[in-house]
Order: sequence, then structure tokens, then C-alpha cells
Amino acid sequence: MPAVQVMRSVQVMRSEWTKVRTVASTVWTLSVAAVVTVALGMLISYLSRRDFASMSAEEQLTFDPTFISFAGTSLGQLAMIVFGVLVVSNEYSTGMIRTSLAAVPQRGTFLFGKIAVAAGLSLAVGMVTSFAAFFLGQAVLGPYRAHIGDPGVLRAVFGGGLYMTLIAVFSMGVAAMLRGPLLSLGILMPFFFLISNILGNVSATKKVGRYLPDQAGNRILRVSPLLDPTPYGPWGGLGIMVLWVLAALAGGFLLLKRRDA
Amino acid sequence: MVALTKRYGEKVAVDHLTCAVRPGVVTGFLGPNGAGKSTTMRLILGLDRPTSGRVTVDGRRYDRIREPLKDMGALLEARGAHGGRSAFHHLLALAQSNGVPTRRVHEVLETVGLTAVSGKKVKSFSLGMSQRLGIAVALLGDPRILMFDEPVNGLDPEGIHWVRTLMQSLAAEGRTVFVSSHLMSEMALTAGHLVVIGQGRLLADLPMEEFIRRHSRSYVRLRSPEVERLLDVLHTAGIAVARAPDGALEVAEGDAARLGELAAAHRLVLHELSPQRASLEEAFMRLTARSVEYHSHPGQPGGPAEAARDGAAWGADWKPRKGR
Ligand SMILES: Nc1ncnc2c1ncn2[C@@H]1O[C@H](COP(=O)(O)OP(=O)(O)OP(=O)(O)O)[C@@H](O)[C@H]1O
Ligand SMILES: [Mg+2]
Repeated sequence: MPAVQVMRSVQVMRSEWTKVRTVASTVWTLSVAAVVTVALGMLISYLSRRDFASMSAEEQLTFDPTFISFAGTSLGQLAMIVFGVLVVSNEYSTGMIRTSLAAVPQRGTFLFGKIAVAAGLSLAVGMVTSFAAFFLGQAVLGPYRAHIGDPGVLRAVFGGGLYMTLIAVFSMGVAAMLRGPLLSLGILMPFFFLISNILGNVSATKKVGRYLPDQAGNRILRVSPLLDPTPYGPWGGLGIMVLWVLAALAGGFLLLKRRDA
Repeated sequence: MVALTKRYGEKVAVDHLTCAVRPGVVTGFLGPNGAGKSTTMRLILGLDRPTSGRVTVDGRRYDRIREPLKDMGALLEARGAHGGRSAFHHLLALAQSNGVPTRRVHEVLETVGLTAVSGKKVKSFSLGMSQRLGIAVALLGDPRILMFDEPVNGLDPEGIHWVRTLMQSLAAEGRTVFVSSHLMSEMALTAGHLVVIGQGRLLADLPMEEFIRRHSRSYVRLRSPEVERLLDVLHTAGIAVARAPDGALEVAEGDAARLGELAAAHRLVLHELSPQRASLEEAFMRLTARSVEYHSHPGQPGGPAEAARDGAAWGADWKPRKGR
């Protein structure tokens, strides 16, 4: 990239940083994501510890304390989705998009500058959340806990942060395509909360469900051999999720580029 | 702009518009509701893509300008700010995106009189305050070209006066100022040049003075129970006269005193003898009458009887200017 292009991107990112840190929705969506993920993880960890003795031998053998402490992710990720959607669609719902594009008519620079900043913030929050969920969850699990030095554990905890980030960025791409916050949330929420779960749990559709972004990305959170093996490994799963994210971003970019603002 | 055209589905919002806006003078961009003013402005900013034709700012497409706020500032029609952000942060983010120093944010807040409320959320702003914030955005990069879409919208009389003065002083500094309005009276006070459009088409592009010279002519209305005899008398005296739709007679540039004396000399009864002046607003309405899309009530707007003749002359008089 030529130097002027880099300078322009830096300007846009500084501007987007100011934008993201000066609206209330950023603070509350990200704190809800962190608090819900950690708290729910601790609760499930507590319940698992209590019920461990009554589990079947097979359940005990495949017991994955790391994954248990990430149980809150399923709910916490919804707040990450809201964050990702609002960052982009706020521009449309408030009419800010016209002012923004008048200031930065290079639409690619604008969109990717915005997404880079929001993704960076998601990554920071996601990593802190993931490490907090792990350590607090393990503390609650007590005798059944995993250690950060155990094989695959650090990868899973690190992966947890990446997973949260990718969920948020995927939502940004979808919101860039759909523009409106209600439409975007109305599609993403049921998608992650219902459709993905249904597809993943009905045996007929399970094979397809596995390739959905959240289910594939989820794989990185698991440490112990699966009850139910996937055709991809932890990084392979994350790779599939990255492909989804890239597709959403490409769609968002192409539509933004073409459309009247 | 050259042959600029924008279609939304079947609807042609801007139709082969060609004109150039020059520096050092306030150019009024006039047209009735739905004429395509706001659309033209969005096309200039590259927010909407033209269906055909092109538009450039200083010879460049707007989206090729690296720090556009330093070259051109614009106030658009709809509110363009996140309600949850403070006025200061709104301006700061825009300043940063164009490498404009923070000091300048304070300056423009001062200029538009929002310093005291700069920490308040934009959603708490009144229409007039939002309008001032939009003007602050336009001024932010200290640009040589400014474009305002109905800037006096929602402003109180003091605010309107302030905007007029601001635009004139910006133009006096040698900047290009392009302002839309649908009020001729407003433009008569501020603009030095006029671009009039109707249904997306260019209707006139001429200096304000010329518009006034041509259109704010005076005439004298005469009504008499003996119209035919009055016509004869005027004819004999060599005075050109036109008939208004209501049966009254109108003498362009007539002298009421002389017409009265003439009538008295011939012992004619007059029911009305009144000097009139066609307002610029009427002239504007006549000009756009044929292209007005949304009539509030049917019928032609009023005006002197020679309206039709005068309107026809328009087509021949103006010539589209070559764009850059
Ligand atoms: N995004 C759009 N989609 C469809 N039609 C549009 C769109 N924007 C404008 N139009 C149509 O184009 C025409 C021109 O609209 P525009 O807003 O440019 O008029 P205007 O001159 O600014 O009017 P006003 O004085 O009311 O502000 C109108 O008939 C409008 O309905
Ligand atoms: Mg308009």
C-alpha cells in the first residue's frame, strides 16, 4: 500500500475509534457480553461440579472442564452480535452514514477502517472475557479443573477470544449488507440462537449444521476428544468460521460500494 | 455537472442537468418541492451514483479527493448525526477523518454558537441547533467550496439572518457557495446568481440582477364599466395594454397619475386604478409552474396577464452553460 493510503487509513481509524468510544451502546453491549459469558460459565461449572459424581462413566471420561467454563459463550455471544450490528447499522439508522461518507468517500477505506477498529476492540474484550471465564470457571470446578498448561487448554482459551471477535465481525459484515439494525438482529439472533442449534441437533441436518459459522468456530473451545468427532480440527473449524466472516465482509463491501447511501 | 441524470426506478429525479457553480458569489439553487435539488447535491457528494452524466468538484470526482472536508463542506437535508453522541465528539470524529486539528472543532462550535452545548447529546438538540451543527460540519475543514441544502430550515429569525450573513461573507472571501431553497424571497436577499430547476430539468441559470430586472416589473391595473371605450382611449394614446383573466386591464410600466388624468379627460368611470409590482416569488412560480409536481391546489399561480408571453420568452433566453 502506498504511504498516503496508509495515512488515510490511520486517519479513518482514529475517527472510528472516537465514534465507537463515544456512544453508550458500545459500553453496555461489550460489558453484557463479558459479564454474561463469565457468570454463566461459572454457574454451569458449579452445576457440573455438583453433578459430576452422578454422571455416567462415558460422560466422566469425556468431561471437558475447559469447555464447561465456556458454556456462557452461547449466550454472551448474542451481546457480541448486538455490538457488531450496532457499530455498523447505527450509521444507517441515524443518518450518520451520509455525513461519514461525505467525510470519507472512499467507501472501502471507510468500511474496513470501521471494522478494523471495532474488531480490535472486540478482540481485547473477547480475550479478557475468555481468560476470565476460564480461570473463574476452573476455580469453581475445584477438583475437576483443568490447568492452563494442560495440552490444548491454552489454545482453547485463546481461541475463545478469537471466536468472540469473529462472531462480532461476522455481524458487522451482515449489518453492512442489510443496513437496518432491526433487520440485521432479526436475522442474526434466530440464526445463532435457534436455527444453528436445531440444525446441529437433528441428526439428519447435523452434517450441514457443523459447517455453520458458530458450530465450526466452537470446535476450538473443546479440549478433550469429542463424543461426537467433527471432520475438522480446532483450527480447521476456526478456518471455516473465518471463511464465513470473509464472505460476509465481501458482501457488505460490495453492496456498500454499489448502493446509493 | 454535465448532463447529470439520476433515475430512481421509473422516476427521473435529475434530468440532463448541466451547469457550473462559480466562486465569489452565492449561487441560489431554486426549485419547487421534489424538483431534484437534494438529489443533485447527493450526486455531487458521490452519495448517490448518477444514472448517467458526471459531476466534478474542481475537476475531480468527489470520491477521488483525499481529504474532502478541506475542499468542500456540505450541509445535507436530513439530519446526519448519531443522537447518542455529543456535538463535540461528532465534530471531533469528522475532523480526525480528514486530518483537521482539534482546535478547529472548537472554532466552528464557536462560529455556530454551540460552544455552551457542545457536551450535550445531539438527540437533545432542537431542529435549529441540529441545523447549526450541520453547518459546523460544513465549515470544519475551512473549505473553499460550500454547499447547503435548505440551511434556514428550522432556524429562528435571528438564525436566518445569521445564515444569510454567513453565506454572504463566505462568498465575499472568494469561496464558492451553493445554496438550495424553494423560497425565491430568501434567495433574492442572499444570492448573486440563480440556478432554477423543475422536475430535474434546468429552467434558468442567470445572475440574480438579471432575474430581478426581467421579472420585478411594475404595472397598473385598471377596471372600468366601459372597458371597450377605455381600450380605445388607451390605444389612441399609444399605450400597450393587456387583459387580465378577471377582465381588468393591465398597463406594463404604466404611470397611474397619467392614466388617471387620461381617463378623466375622456370622462371615463374607473372602478380601479392601482399600481402593482409583480414579486420575484410570482416570477419564480410562473417560471416553474409547468414543472411543479405537487400542486397544493389546482390552477395557475397568479401574476400579470403577460405571464404566458413572458414565460415563453424564457426558453429562448437562457442557455445551458458549459460544464467543466
Ligand atoms: N432515494 C430515492 N428513491 C426514490 N425516489 C427518490 C429518492 N430520492 C428522491 N427521490 C425522488 O426524486 C425527486 C426529487 O427529490 P429531491 O429530494 O431531490 O427534491 P428537492 O428538490 O430536494 O425537494 P424539496 O424542496 O422538497 O427538498 C422526488 O420526486 C423524490 O420523490
Ligand atoms: Mg430537498
